[in-house]
Amino acid sequence: MSSVAAVASGEQAVAAAVLRSDRFRLEREGDWVRLDAIITVMEKGRTRRLADDDVMALPVLYRNLLSSLSIARESSLDAGLIAYLESLTLRAYFIVYGTRTTFGGWARSFFGGGLSRAVRTISFDILVALAFMIIGCLAGFYLVEADQQWFYRLVPAQFSDVRVPGASREALMGTLFGQQDGEGLAVFAAYLFSNNAQVAILAFALGFAFGVPTVMLLIYNTASLGAMLWVFASRGLTVEFVGWLSIHGTTELLAILLAGAAGLHIGRALGFPGARSHLAALSGAGRTAAQVMTGVVVMLICAGLLEGFARQLIQSTELRYAIGYGVLAVWLLYFFALRPRRT
Amino acid sequence: MARAAQLGRTRGADPRLARVLVTPEGVALDIAVAPASARIGALFIDLTALFGLFLGFMIVLGLVAWLYTSSGLPEVSEGLLGFLMIVFIIGVFLARNAYFLIFELGQRAATWGKRSVGIRVAARDGGRLTAEAIIARNLLRDIEMFLPLMFMTSGGIQGTLSSFAAWSGVAWVGIFLLFPLLNKDRLRCGDLIAGTWVVEAPRSALGGVVASGVSSGSADRDASALPDDRYWFSDAELSVYGEYELQMLEQVLRKGSTEPMAMVAATICAKIGWSAPSGDEQAFLEAYYTQLRARLERGMRFGKRRADKNS
Repeated sequence: MSSVAAVASGEQAVAAAVLRSDRFRLEREGDWVRLDAIITVMEKGRTRRLADDDVMALPVLYRNLLSSLSIARESSLDAGLIAYLESLTLRAYFIVYGTRTTFGGWARSFFGGGLSRAVRTISFDILVALAFMIIGCLAGFYLVEADQQWFYRLVPAQFSDVRVPGASREALMGTLFGQQDGEGLAVFAAYLFSNNAQVAILAFALGFAFGVPTVMLLIYNTASLGAMLWVFASRGLTVEFVGWLSIHGTTELLAILLAGAAGLHIGRALGFPGARSHLAALSGAGRTAAQVMTGVVVMLICAGLLEGFARQLIQSTELRYAIGYGVLAVWLLYFFALRPRRT
Repeated sequence: MARAAQLGRTRGADPRLARVLVTPEGVALDIAVAPASARIGALFIDLTALFGLFLGFMIVLGLVAWLYTSSGLPEVSEGLLGFLMIVFIIGVFLARNAYFLIFELGQRAATWGKRSVGIRVAARDGGRLTAEAIIARNLLRDIEMFLPLMFMTSGGIQGTLSSFAAWSGVAWVGIFLLFPLLNKDRLRCGDLIAGTWVVEAPRSALGGVVASGVSSGSADRDASALPDDRYWFSDAELSVYGEYELQMLEQVLRKGSTEPMAMVAATICAKIGWSAPSGDEQAFLEAYYTQLRARLERGMRFGKRRADKNS
């Protein structure tokens, strides 16, 4: 009964309205208010509470709203009405053409293929970054071999406690197989996580400057690795050192490699945008690189956990190699071999 | 007449920030890039919210620890404590990023701060806002702001922060914070990389019909059936004003406060040579509004628009 009465009173209002544009408005007002209500519910993320009828009606209501707006702009001078229609249209537009994923849905598609696709997209940059890392490592090794003073310039002071050129074999062995107490270990691992995350994120961010700082960062960090390698190699501990490093280093170095490659990808898009505009090229490259970086963060978390627990708890070199390269194989398989079909 | 095309397009206080977005249906929508003040405001609200959440979490943690120790359960081993510490550090890192990610992935594409100042994230090309874009713009936020700040605070606490490092950190944050002011679309570096921008998301309510003119038994409709027969303006009396004045009058009528109405009524009367309708301003203004609008809209239907009284 009440709805009949409402319709009747609505018709009366339409009939009573003096202006043609007000009649236009009163005739369509119901649809706008309904669309407004639907959009408000959807904006609050409660789409499931909507009735099926409302969901079905959304596209039709949206198209009607667009035509109402066009008509109102050409025939009505009611500024309040037009402002309302404009804002409602914009809200409806963002709903109809808005994000379609939720956080969970995105996470599923990301780890189920999006990440490895993004990594494969930048494989050229990965090769370039790998080349620079190898160059940096070799440079560090041979620089220290030529002149041991280079070691102190390449390796940050906090890591060169006993691990310096001329240290005895026993002292070096102690750093590789020593037992640290549990608490120091954990905090150290968390510290290294944030430290490596900083290196990786910097390598990515500095891609802005055409990738030049990224390359420098990659070379500098691997050069200190090469210098450290020389210290252990000079005492015949190469195999043990590589084992000690491998257990988390394979994951960590791969993460830094990917971060550097992502930075280079952005730098390359900025330097050589091709047929696109600089901004378009940058945003295209940025989206790919951001996916890779999300993967890098996950890898760094894994590396931090491996570093904190596995490295000091597992004392056998064979087992260290097995874990380090096993994990590396898993990463490479995940990134390059598994290719689930696009959904 | 140049301004006539702008009429009915009232959004956007700052013309430098006004942009046009054409929907796939071919309708031009006016949007406004969010001004820097709104961005800063949103950032502060978000930082406050994050800090509040962090503080609340810490208080809960402290309560749990206090309950645990006071209930006399066995001591937690060092190793477990260390593990919890790692989980805590990583968890804080993830939670900070998840705050921005989850909110900006939602339908409103805005964090609490952005919502409260009425702005949102949108794709620059007018297309769909993708999850990758949201991630890209938020990863860059870490580099722009959180990393140097954390770097400086941890350095400051440990006492290893040199003044050069401190100043370069300040310069770094400063450059990135000022970056939006240096381009016309107010893009942050993260927006640049992600292909997004931050626009205003105005919500206006549908006001009632101004001067609805409920008259008794009007058979003839357009402009002849007046709300009241007392006020009836001639064509010459109506032709003194244009669309701009009409919309000003609409604002006055929508607000409905007495003093401005009396003032406006007096102004109109002086202009058209009437004596002021004291005590009956509302009915007078509604009548004038309705008839002026009817006249202007009739002209509009024949393609004649009049922007303001001077044109």
